[in-house]
Amino acid sequence: MNTSVLRPAAPRSPAPTRDPAWLARVFWTGAALVLLWPLAVATEFRPWTLLEAQNLKVTRQFLSGFWPPAIEPEFVGMLAREAWRTVAIATAGMTLALLLAIPMTLMATSVLSVSALSGRMARLPFWGRQVLRWTLIVLRSVPELVWALVFVRVVGLGPTAGVLAIALTYAGMLGKVYGEILESGEPHATQTLLRNGSSRLQAFFYGLMPQNAAELTSYTVYRWECAIRSSVVLGFVGAGGLGQQMDNSMKMFKGDEVLSILIVFVALVALADRVSAGLRKALG
Amino acid sequence: MNPSTRTDPQIEPPSRRSAVRCFGVGVLGLVVASFWSLDLQWAQFLSLDAARSMGRFVGEFFPPDTSPVFLERVALATWETLAMSLLGTLLAAAFGLALALPASRQHEADAAWMRAPTRLVLNALRSVPELVWAGLLLIAAGLGPFAGTLALALHTTGVLGRLFAEAVENAPPGPAAALRAQGIGRLRVFLYATLPQVLPQLMSYTLYRWENNIRAAAILGVVGAGGLGQLLSFHMGLFHMGKTATILGAMLLLVGLVDALSHAARRAMTR
Repeated sequence: MNTSVLRPAAPRSPAPTRDPAWLARVFWTGAALVLLWPLAVATEFRPWTLLEAQNLKVTRQFLSGFWPPAIEPEFVGMLAREAWRTVAIATAGMTLALLLAIPMTLMATSVLSVSALSGRMARLPFWGRQVLRWTLIVLRSVPELVWALVFVRVVGLGPTAGVLAIALTYAGMLGKVYGEILESGEPHATQTLLRNGSSRLQAFFYGLMPQNAAELTSYTVYRWECAIRSSVVLGFVGAGGLGQQMDNSMKMFKGDEVLSILIVFVALVALADRVSAGLRKALG
Repeated sequence: MNPSTRTDPQIEPPSRRSAVRCFGVGVLGLVVASFWSLDLQWAQFLSLDAARSMGRFVGEFFPPDTSPVFLERVALATWETLAMSLLGTLLAAAFGLALALPASRQHEADAAWMRAPTRLVLNALRSVPELVWAGLLLIAAGLGPFAGTLALALHTTGVLGRLFAEAVENAPPGPAAALRAQGIGRLRVFLYATLPQVLPQLMSYTLYRWENNIRAAAILGVVGAGGLGQLLSFHMGLFHMGKTATILGAMLLLVGLVDALSHAARRAMTR
């Protein structure tokens, strides 16, 4: 046997060292940078200014004031009181939001429409429901800080402005999501009740509620947790609570107090998160 | 015939009923304690005097100021706010993606010792609200929209990093396992197997956060971070209610526009 016939197989060409899609990738990266340029200009995005000597000095001074955090007993006691106030503002705001959102949802949801039972909804009920839906959209589109700014002018500084701001914004959010939850369920039981002459309230309690109670409660608990974070933010415009304390401490450049308040705030949010998750698991 | 306690509605297991009852009592107690401990100025708010003064206050909003000079300033501030939200969200998506890999467990036997510390960092970033970040960053970055962009980026990195890590952990493991069996390194497995799978979901999360960030960007200016918020707090402080009404209208339009864009983009992606 002539072994020279058994030549080794022709070597396969080496794997391409150039990315076959390199042209498209380079083009799109360049296009992205071109599109990002006006954004960077509009937001005065100059990261190198963070490292400028003067800014660094101010930052270093501020950060050096952070440690150790302020732990005087009277300060910590005040923080505990303010943390309770923050939770109280959030709870009171959510209660008022529920008082506003539940009737609006019942009126705005198309599942409880009697005229829609036989096909299309009649004109007046349809437009009535649209008006309510648009009201909810406006309520939730205005940022709560803006509501708080307006209410601080009307009722003065203090928790009332924060409670009202949270109530209005969260009424809009709750109303919208409640409507979506109610409309995404199984409508057969509700429609049967309505067809057989029950009132809308009865159809809600016996048809819609049993189906959707878990989801509704779960979302409400989640929004309560969000309200706690909102009420800290609202404190910055004078609505009391931890936010106002943090604003005061930041304006006086007292880094140690700011760190204490931040720690308390992160702990509060983590606690509310844990409580909320536990409640949702127990209910759902 | 034994009615099983689980299916018979009359005999609910006692633990569940008492749990619901405890929850109800707890909630009621919290609500009552909240209203009682806050000194809410109900009288001030619900009296006829207050209604009249509020009516007068609302009346000052009309007519809104629509002079071309002012509208130009509002348009500039709107563009600044939009740019802040876009750039902040994009930066957060990039950093969140970078942190999502260490914050997730790639497969069952993955030690993932970076997971707990990275998750701690992400939770700390997302617990601090954007406004607080802006207040802190104003010291380092000065007044203006740069601080606002950074504040949005930091907070949203925490949110998106956690969402991205959860999406990566819930991705179907097949392609990644196939690559790992060939001996490919962790980063390449992520880039070529997991990332293409979860990319639509990540983009959907990013678009959803953009909706939230436009609202946040609009109000960050209240602490001095530029955009519509700064204009709003300036004119509200001087009681120029007509100008304030125009700014509020611009805010509503901007939020509505971004909501619609984000919704349309997410619909287009899932089609």
